[in-house]
Amino acid sequence: MIRVVLPPHLRTIAKTGREVEIEVEGPVTQRTLIDALESAYPALRGTIRDHATKQRRPLVRFFACEQDLSNESMDAPLPEEVVSGKEPYVVVGAMAGG
Amino acid sequence: MGGVRVSVGTRKGAFILTSDGKRQKWEINGPLFAGWEMYHLKGSPADPNRMYASQSSGWFGQMMQRSDDGGKTWTTVGNEFAYDGIPGTHMWYDGTQHPWEFKRVWHLEPSLTDPDTVYAGVEDAALFRSTDAGQTWHELSALRHTKGNLWQPGAGGMCLHTIIQDPKTPGRIYFAISAAGAFRTDDGGETFIPINKGLRSDYELPDPDAEVGHCVHCLALHPSRPDTVFMQKHWDVMRTDDAGANWYEVSGNLPSDFGFPIGVHAHEPETVYVVPITSDQFHYPPDGKLRVYRTRSGGNDWEPLTKGLPQQDCYVNVLRDAMAIDKLDSCGVYFGTTGGQVYASADSGDTWDAIVRDLPAVVSVEVQTLA
Repeated sequence: MIRVVLPPHLRTIAKTGREVEIEVEGPVTQRTLIDALESAYPALRGTIRDHATKQRRPLVRFFACEQDLSNESMDAPLPEEVVSGKEPYVVVGAMAGG
Repeated sequence: MGGVRVSVGTRKGAFILTSDGKRQKWEINGPLFAGWEMYHLKGSPADPNRMYASQSSGWFGQMMQRSDDGGKTWTTVGNEFAYDGIPGTHMWYDGTQHPWEFKRVWHLEPSLTDPDTVYAGVEDAALFRSTDAGQTWHELSALRHTKGNLWQPGAGGMCLHTIIQDPKTPGRIYFAISAAGAFRTDDGGETFIPINKGLRSDYELPDPDAEVGHCVHCLALHPSRPDTVFMQKHWDVMRTDDAGANWYEVSGNLPSDFGFPIGVHAHEPETVYVVPITSDQFHYPPDGKLRVYRTRSGGNDWEPLTKGLPQQDCYVNVLRDAMAIDKLDSCGVYFGTTGGQVYASADSGDTWDAIVRDLPAVVSVEVQTLA
């Protein structure tokens, strides 16, 4: 199972805690992981990615294994530490404002 | 004696204020959806327990909520607002064309007769409708084809903020958009016409006869006389008696005819309320005095209502959706401020008291009159 950490507002929307566990069939990429996350928690659709374009929302970022993956290819394999569940994939509301 | 439920949308959550018919003691619930911008909450006239709410965030976008128990619990419903076809472009601040981009839902208007049907006015300005209690939304796109390329954003964005259903003529609905003007459909949203004849916007539009592009801030009507509509424009308080075919000014003796909300008394069709604001540069009341103005003659002759409202050092604003009027025998009037106060009058505006004083900036106020 892959661990995904959600920002506080999205925990409220998804009615869940800080971290959720997601199962992904096939190759684990950012795209397949978020597809699976949205499938498990439909209320999150549109909050992380645009409904139509599937582009990351401008003030959302993705971190894992002490790296910022926000601008990496959505179709690149995620690190083995994320796939194995050793490290979480973190959805972050980008720092903005004072 | 019935009661009231006041729904307050703020920059950082929603609040529901309830009272009995005396409207002296209030129960305050909230914040709901804490931390989110709550642009609007509104209950269904057909089922008072059915409520809809617009929840948005600069980070996570638009969410929609529905309650079936009068706001006690909420269910997340559909949040996909896809423009019909190729969205096209509208005018930008600098006069160039700019692509239509969905930003948020400003206003929700439940059907007068069907709790599962609700209209949504959005930014960038468009009209959506759901007929399945908010699960899915479909654009009534003929509105944007009404010279949409000439619509332009106001300072708050290009928003469809007012939706008023005519209770006497099925299918007739009035709309207002900043800065495009007022519009009307007579066939439930299949076709639309601009209804802006008589508006003058010398500071915003070079063409004195411009059919669209006017910065209309709010509309209001009395259900018994739906052909008479009152308008708070960017500047000017206006009135039509022929369903928008012709408008004429009724600003009269107001200290400023700039403002945002406008409302009509529940039992007196010629009694109208506005909150004058100094100017488009100075979004606070003239002279630091928070005054609601009331006319009992359909305009021109306005009296200040001040009892219980701050009359010195007050520099809050009252936004366009932040005034509401109940239907109790002694008509109640409510408004919220950007300073977080929600004021209520249980006597048609003669006297006022604050229900709450320290909420986040208030964006919207609605009231339901409960049996």
